[in-house]
Amino acid sequence: MSAAAENRAPRELARVARASRRSRYVAVARTVAWRNLHSVIRTPALLLPPLAFPLFFYMAFAGGLSTVSNLPGFDYYDYNAFQFVFVLLQSAAFGGVFIGFSIAADFDLGFTRRLFLAARHRSAVIAGYGIAALIRAAFVWAVVFAIALATGMDVGGDGIDLVGLVGLALIVNVAAFLFAAGMMTRLRTLQAAPAMQIPVFMVLMTAPVYVPRDLLGGWIATVSQFNPATAILESGRSLIAGDPFHVALAFVAASGLGAVLAVFAGRGLRQAEAAG
Amino acid sequence: MAWRSVIRTARQPIVIVPPLVFPLFLLAINASGLDAATQIPGFPADSYLAFALAFPFMQGAIFATNTAGTNVAQDIGTGFFNRLSLTPMRGSSMLAGQLTGVLLVGTLQAVAFLAAGLAAGADIQSGPLGVAVLFALSLSIAAAFGTIGLLVGLRTGSGEAVQGLFPLMFILLFLSSAALPRDLIAQDWFRTVATINPVSYLIEGLRSLVITGWDAEALGLAFGIALAVFAVGLAASTAALRQRLVRT
Repeated sequence: MSAAAENRAPRELARVARASRRSRYVAVARTVAWRNLHSVIRTPALLLPPLAFPLFFYMAFAGGLSTVSNLPGFDYYDYNAFQFVFVLLQSAAFGGVFIGFSIAADFDLGFTRRLFLAARHRSAVIAGYGIAALIRAAFVWAVVFAIALATGMDVGGDGIDLVGLVGLALIVNVAAFLFAAGMMTRLRTLQAAPAMQIPVFMVLMTAPVYVPRDLLGGWIATVSQFNPATAILESGRSLIAGDPFHVALAFVAASGLGAVLAVFAGRGLRQAEAAG
Repeated sequence: MAWRSVIRTARQPIVIVPPLVFPLFLLAINASGLDAATQIPGFPADSYLAFALAFPFMQGAIFATNTAGTNVAQDIGTGFFNRLSLTPMRGSSMLAGQLTGVLLVGTLQAVAFLAAGLAAGADIQSGPLGVAVLFALSLSIAAAFGTIGLLVGLRTGSGEAVQGLFPLMFILLFLSSAALPRDLIAQDWFRTVATINPVSYLIEGLRSLVITGWDAEALGLAFGIALAVFAVGLAASTAALRQRLVRT
């Protein structure tokens, strides 16, 4: 064997090993994701709350509060679209949080511990839950979007604007999932569910939900200025209106939040591994 | 049974704290977030806080449904009801006892919501006597919703099924005149739903004491609906209890 061939062999082996590790990682993530989706398909009650809540919020807010769009200073083109963006981002966030219930339930049953024993890279297990969260959220968005259009929502933006809006929702979904995963890998019980729901709910509700920021009064006007969800929500509303506004800021806020929460989830995973 | 229900409720902070904190949090958000709604022509109050003060009372009643239902489902699950069935205790006494814990939480809620509202600057237009009526109506509503929880708990014997009621009750609350007066709701379908929804009348009764003063029609409707729900819920719960005891 020539010297060149001898040098190539270890590189080839390393490449094959890397490919093998990658394929095992993907296989674990895919299996966990499929198991979660399969359980949702077999138990529609699990899909009902994530689907019903956004629809119900859309109905309640867009239907019940549309009169506020006549207020002086409310210059948005369509109150249905105004509320749709909130509902989209709320369903993205809660889509991430709801998968936290699955992680917690699997911890309660001892299933996650067995998965951790079987998987070489435990982060693949968490990635699997994340993939399921994205797919479940996408299904909910499709239903909510179809219903919003059918009930008269006016879309001002073009295809690129809508892609931007969906992109924002995807990042919010991933960030919320990472938060839920971080909480559940630390607390490892379904009883701790409020600990992941309440912070997400508070962040969402202290953004300008009902009226634009200019019309907010009291403490919420101050809080909403510093809330990263405000930039994301306002940017989303500008995208669906076809009048993009501080979109880069929104993507930076959402991605930054996602990056911080990825570290949070990673540390939670290590705590779960250490707990055995 | 009543004492047991009170002690059991008092020993579980998770049963007391969320029903107090969550409605207050939503009140704080709505009062600030929708304050601009007071500029809508025809809006019946100068302050959205005063207008929205009835909302936490109704939310509290929804929590009462869960508390009552979960407690009874737990008693079924642990076999406590089986043991009670061997005693000469009357079914209606058992149910009344189960509701006492709910009324305890309801009283704490009423005090907390009213104190928070007054501290934030809301005026009670009906005066001190109105406060007493507000408490009475609030507890009547909590008891009425508590019987719905009892019914589901007795029928299913499952805490999970009772928890499943929560979103349904929340939907009833949001599809009512809680956020805006019915005559200011622009969407016809929503106004129709809010008009059919009995929760609208319960909220309007509570709200009338805060922003209007004495409105006999609003109060009559609210007390009437609360008593009707209570009577129907109690009768159905008693029948469900009888069936449950026969089965055991």
